[in-house]
Amino acid sequence: MNAGPAPPETAGASSLRRRFDRGVKSLTQGRLGRAAVIALPYAWLLLFLLLPILIVLKISFAEIALASPPYTPMLQWAEERTLALQVHLGNYAYLWQDPLYLGAYLNSLKVAAVSTILCLLIGYPMAYGIARAPAGWRIVLLMLVILPFWTSFLIRVYAWIGLLQGNGLINHLLLSIGLIDQPLVLLHSNFAVYLGIVYSYLPFMILPLYATLVRMDLTLLEAAADLGCPPWKAFLTVTLPLSMPGVIAGSLLVFIPAVGEFVIPDLLGGPDSLMIGKVLWTEFFSNRDWPVAAAVAIAMLAVILIPLLLFQRIGERETTGDRR
Amino acid sequence: MPQQRRDPAVLEAWQDPDARPFLEIQNVTKVFDAHTYAVDDVSLRIYKGEFFSLLGASGCGKSTLLRMLAGLERCTQGRILIEGQDITRMPPYERPVNMMFQSYALFPHMTVEQNVAFGLKQERLSGREIRSRVAEMLELVHMTEYARRRPDQLSGGQRQRVALARSLAKQPKLLLLDEPLGALDRKLRERTQFELVNIQERVGTTFIMVTHDQEEAMTMSSRLAVMDVGRILQVGTPSEIYEYPASRFIAGFIGAVNLFEGRVVSCEEELLVIQSDDAPGEIVMYHANPLAVGTPVTVALRPEKLRVLDTPPRDDRNWVQGTVREIGYLGDVSIYHVGTRQNRTVQVQVTNRARRTAGPLTWDDSVYLGWDNDAGVVLTA
Repeated sequence: MNAGPAPPETAGASSLRRRFDRGVKSLTQGRLGRAAVIALPYAWLLLFLLLPILIVLKISFAEIALASPPYTPMLQWAEERTLALQVHLGNYAYLWQDPLYLGAYLNSLKVAAVSTILCLLIGYPMAYGIARAPAGWRIVLLMLVILPFWTSFLIRVYAWIGLLQGNGLINHLLLSIGLIDQPLVLLHSNFAVYLGIVYSYLPFMILPLYATLVRMDLTLLEAAADLGCPPWKAFLTVTLPLSMPGVIAGSLLVFIPAVGEFVIPDLLGGPDSLMIGKVLWTEFFSNRDWPVAAAVAIAMLAVILIPLLLFQRIGERETTGDRR
Repeated sequence: MPQQRRDPAVLEAWQDPDARPFLEIQNVTKVFDAHTYAVDDVSLRIYKGEFFSLLGASGCGKSTLLRMLAGLERCTQGRILIEGQDITRMPPYERPVNMMFQSYALFPHMTVEQNVAFGLKQERLSGREIRSRVAEMLELVHMTEYARRRPDQLSGGQRQRVALARSLAKQPKLLLLDEPLGALDRKLRERTQFELVNIQERVGTTFIMVTHDQEEAMTMSSRLAVMDVGRILQVGTPSEIYEYPASRFIAGFIGAVNLFEGRVVSCEEELLVIQSDDAPGEIVMYHANPLAVGTPVTVALRPEKLRVLDTPPRDDRNWVQGTVREIGYLGDVSIYHVGTRQNRTVQVQVTNRARRTAGPLTWDDSVYLGWDNDAGVVLTA
């Protein structure tokens, strides 16, 4: 670091200083330091993500029991001093056999997929508008997108109940205008669930889309126009493909939490809007069937993770594959 | 230097009053934010097959003018005509004009091939036609073996060639080039200058190039326009602009120049006699138009037009005396900075063949510099 002649210091102090510098250097630049920097977050993830998942996986292979905790242990001492490993697959079979679970999974995937598409359709023009707004305006418009986060998510969902219910604000307004003569059934419907999810997750779609759109080189659009491409076509052939990373990131950020969404279908949904998050909650808290609840959770993880990994693999092949 | 060999009919197009200009720019003005005149009342006539350069420092309006030709910027006032057709209000995607962007603006998500084919696809040509045209263009710029690469897998020079191929693929009537060599290193730039001129000759398209590099403009153009603060100061061939600059600004902008300020003391036929505080004797110069006695003038002399003398000239005209202050050895020539008795620095360029025979000049040598009465120009602006 200090290549020039050493400043006039006493020999002891300068050697101490040098040793200290070397220590800091080895910590930040050495192999050990780098390992430590990486190891810390990994240790965190291992302890608070992977380990709990493994515990849940373990519980999913148990049977319900009247005990505390309310399931059978996985490892048990059998009579002849042998350790018996009990892996009970019945919970998964049960999920497969009872149409309730499969229906809830499929409904969750459908609701999440439709919500993601709706978020994309609403969010893309918004992100585009913000990214192309004058630079001074962008920060204001982005703030408006983020502003709802300053209020608790739960309160905002409750607010929708007030708006949507039979004698709520929306029905009241429509009745007073004379557009309808009977209150519409808005609350406790699939419509309300979609509305709640799209409303809640829209910012997660807008932000990554904005980030890719604002970074786009606008001379590319000028080049497209110059080569004879009208603006609408330039959007399809240049802007849209270049914003795909944002589309994918935003879609995953909406789709993944929406699949497991519990609060919104519980508060806004009706009897037919059964989603897997709600099933999980009922299994765990009402039925106190931890093994089945664990199996539901693991199956949900698989339902989300497996398509995701496949998707990523395809994406990687596309960008780095045989084009070289 | 890639001076163009041209068909004389083309060369003289701008001198022929009956020739129909290919591109006409009529009183074009571009105002930004209500009072910033980026381009201020510019008129130009450019003829078919020309390699025309717009030369000026950054911010002089040359790029804005080019963007108005491409349709990327709207004219505040004035008209643009191509072959008599008014294109002032035509959107960029309908103009028979293509542009090569300074940043190249290659589509990063497309291969070289797809980039070059992009413009052709907009014309709804058949697949076979597009493929053959793309192959032809890649051949022209020697990029055939890179057809399947993406722009981020190419070097700067290769990207420049792809950008050129893409802009030429549609066979535009007019190609606009915005600092086409600006992003290349010096050696590559010199080689590409030749290539670009060769390609222009081969395809016969009219080129308009924007550049801030006067050497580039001089070596490549058939004609050039010097711009400053949104206005065109002078239009002419490179040699016209170099030998007969219209003003002190242009004389100083293009190449090195020595300027002597003075006043006309007499005017005999085409010979002006000028008294200057910068020279011990009179300065006598040719000037086509007579000037009134007392007119303030500037005599502009290029360093290579001065000669190193052993003694002052006998007629006491056109000379200065000084000592060598700096020596710049450039290989083929040397540049001396001579500090004169009048406290001025005069540059003189000596070819190094002459240097050996005349004996080397060195620092603090006392020298006399002289020039002929047709060596420079007399400027009044």
